[in-house]
Amino acid sequence: MSTPEDKGLLRFLTCGSVDDGKSTLIGRLLHDSRAILADTLQAIERTSARRGMEAIDLSLLTDGLQAEREQGITIDVAYRYFSSGRRKFIIADAPGHEQYTRNMVTAASTADLAIILIDARRGVLTQTRRHAQLAALLGIPQLMVAVNKMDLVDFAQPVFERIRDDFLAFAAGAGIEQVRFVPMSALRGDMVVDRGEHLYWYDGPTLMEMLESAPAAAAPHAHPFRFPVQWVCRPQDAANPLLHDYRGFMGRVEAGRIAIGDAVSVLPSGLSTTVRAIEIGGDALLHAGAEQSVALVLDDDIDVSRGDMIVAPEKPPRVLRQITADLCWLSDLPMDRARTYLIRHTTREVRAKLVGIDHRMDVNTLERMPAERLVMNDIARVRFKLAQPVFADPYALNRSTGAFVVIDDSTYNTVAAGMIVADADAAE
Amino acid sequence: MNAPLPTLRDDARLSHLDWLEAEAIHIMREVAGQCARPALLFSGGKDSVCLLRIAEKAFRPGRFPFPLLHIDTGHNYREVIEFRDRRAAELGERLIVRSVEDSIHRGSVVLKHADESRNRHQSVTLLEAIEEFGFDGCIGGARRDEEKARAKERIMSFRDEFGQWDPKNQRPELWNLYNARTHVGENVRAFPISNWTELDVWQYIERERLALPSIYFAHEREVVLRNGLPVPVNVPLASGELTSLPRPGEQVVLRRVRFRTVGDISCTAPVESDADTVARIVIETASTDLTERGATRLDDQTGDASMEQRKREGYF
Repeated sequence: MSTPEDKGLLRFLTCGSVDDGKSTLIGRLLHDSRAILADTLQAIERTSARRGMEAIDLSLLTDGLQAEREQGITIDVAYRYFSSGRRKFIIADAPGHEQYTRNMVTAASTADLAIILIDARRGVLTQTRRHAQLAALLGIPQLMVAVNKMDLVDFAQPVFERIRDDFLAFAAGAGIEQVRFVPMSALRGDMVVDRGEHLYWYDGPTLMEMLESAPAAAAPHAHPFRFPVQWVCRPQDAANPLLHDYRGFMGRVEAGRIAIGDAVSVLPSGLSTTVRAIEIGGDALLHAGAEQSVALVLDDDIDVSRGDMIVAPEKPPRVLRQITADLCWLSDLPMDRARTYLIRHTTREVRAKLVGIDHRMDVNTLERMPAERLVMNDIARVRFKLAQPVFADPYALNRSTGAFVVIDDSTYNTVAAGMIVADADAAE
Repeated sequence: MNAPLPTLRDDARLSHLDWLEAEAIHIMREVAGQCARPALLFSGGKDSVCLLRIAEKAFRPGRFPFPLLHIDTGHNYREVIEFRDRRAAELGERLIVRSVEDSIHRGSVVLKHADESRNRHQSVTLLEAIEEFGFDGCIGGARRDEEKARAKERIMSFRDEFGQWDPKNQRPELWNLYNARTHVGENVRAFPISNWTELDVWQYIERERLALPSIYFAHEREVVLRNGLPVPVNVPLASGELTSLPRPGEQVVLRRVRFRTVGDISCTAPVESDADTVARIVIETASTDLTERGATRLDDQTGDASMEQRKREGYF
């Protein structure tokens, strides 16, 4: 039911560690928005009772897999869903522990917004700064700081205000601009979905109101057009001569918009033409915008294959044979500097060799230090040399054409995530 | 060509259904672009009906770059099997059916007793089909909201040569950059509607006016009550043979029911309902009190971790 009030979809990430109430907050959001159904609720009621608890333990809703419980490990990100009636939400729930950076980077890569939880008794901690820093690195434009467990500090306004000021002082230095704050008790429900009675001195929106009104982040239409080709459709249907010469270039609009008659150029050939038709499933559209999956039919017979990119001719991406990037190493096998790796960037896959590690970054202190090797959870500024060019924008301007993953060409595992930085000096 | 579809306003975000659809199309095209021999698992159920619509939007006016594959337990509802064949014929796409019955004859599936649910044995037949055709990517309709073992599932889920899902050995999945590379014998399971909920599925079926097997809509059916769930009895198979006979002493009653999920007769129960149109089902789904699996799956309740266990053995 796509009504005029449909505010679309918002993806957000919750950051926090085991004891700051993240599971309880997620449980509360799901519970108070009625996303938890009776049989699930009964099951956690039984478990809560078995563990001797008086009230339902909402954190049980995010309880892990049997394999995790048995082995005491955390298997990265869990995704959860709820709807407020006006908007659909996808929560990426990244658990804590040693693999935290890797988990959080994964969850943050698709998020429009991050909620950072702070325990009101403990204030801004090292890990709070790390969460905010990683959110900024991954290009999440909006942060919400939820000062939780206000019930354990007598719902005292000065506690909230001191934590807010501490965070703002740090954020200014870290280049974080859009931050909103809300005091809450996820356990009792104050200021999550309902306002409750105890935080009468706070006149801002509840967490849910903030989520409902938050602008979605990705892919503004104002950006120059970017269309990585995923698949070329050539029906060659003998029974239908109209389709004999049909060639549709299929993909997702990663940025900008396109209309029939618009001029485009194709990379890597650099040839230019105009758009004859825009289609979904063979049906015609007049124009298409960011995040839509469509097929483009072009006026001239240009050779285009998977991995090519159709772009706005006046503002093309850069064609790079060497990239400078912030890299997060994800694999438990350290990076081997002697090897070549595969880089997957948009729909393109190229061989890559590490040229150098400029520095490693400590995500807790922001300190830069020299590094010779990269191990799991390391974040570093690196340079790669590429066997074929990629068509890229700086990650800060365009998450889709600025991001890549690194694949080990013997195991085929995804071993690192990269974000292309703006000051790359290797443009051709 | 049909009339133009409504297009996007300049400054507008996609509606949530448009966004989910666009994501699913993108995932399906990545499977086509990265896998050498993909297949789409089509059971005739509502989730795979959505997959077929997404495949049309992804690949028309071309043909699908993969065949449809159904693993038939031999104990499926006749209406669903008829629908499956009709839908594949309407689309003009190739349908491959491999049956658990054949695995039983080969000896690769051994039933403990004749009435044992064949649901988990589908994994064996699926792996045999993967080997027979050399499939390196299987597109399925699983959703993360179905069950907690699915909440952490990747969109491209990596399986080894035995079809096993090792939760510790999954590839990190960032942005919309999917890695479907496999070595010979390995395969990925790709789930384009991972981010959909049951309500999204019904809203999409309503918006796209998708046809479904009749048993999804309210109808009169002979049932017995087991653990409070209405369990269908005296169900005719395609052969005409009756299956799921009532046990001695059970009282057969007539109830108005619909199926929320369809699968093997032995493990899928309907819910009592008067909803006989998609619009009514959307309303009922939006206000329901029970999860899809909790209300209808007789096999998921055998253990807290039974879906997780089945996935480790090669289940979808």
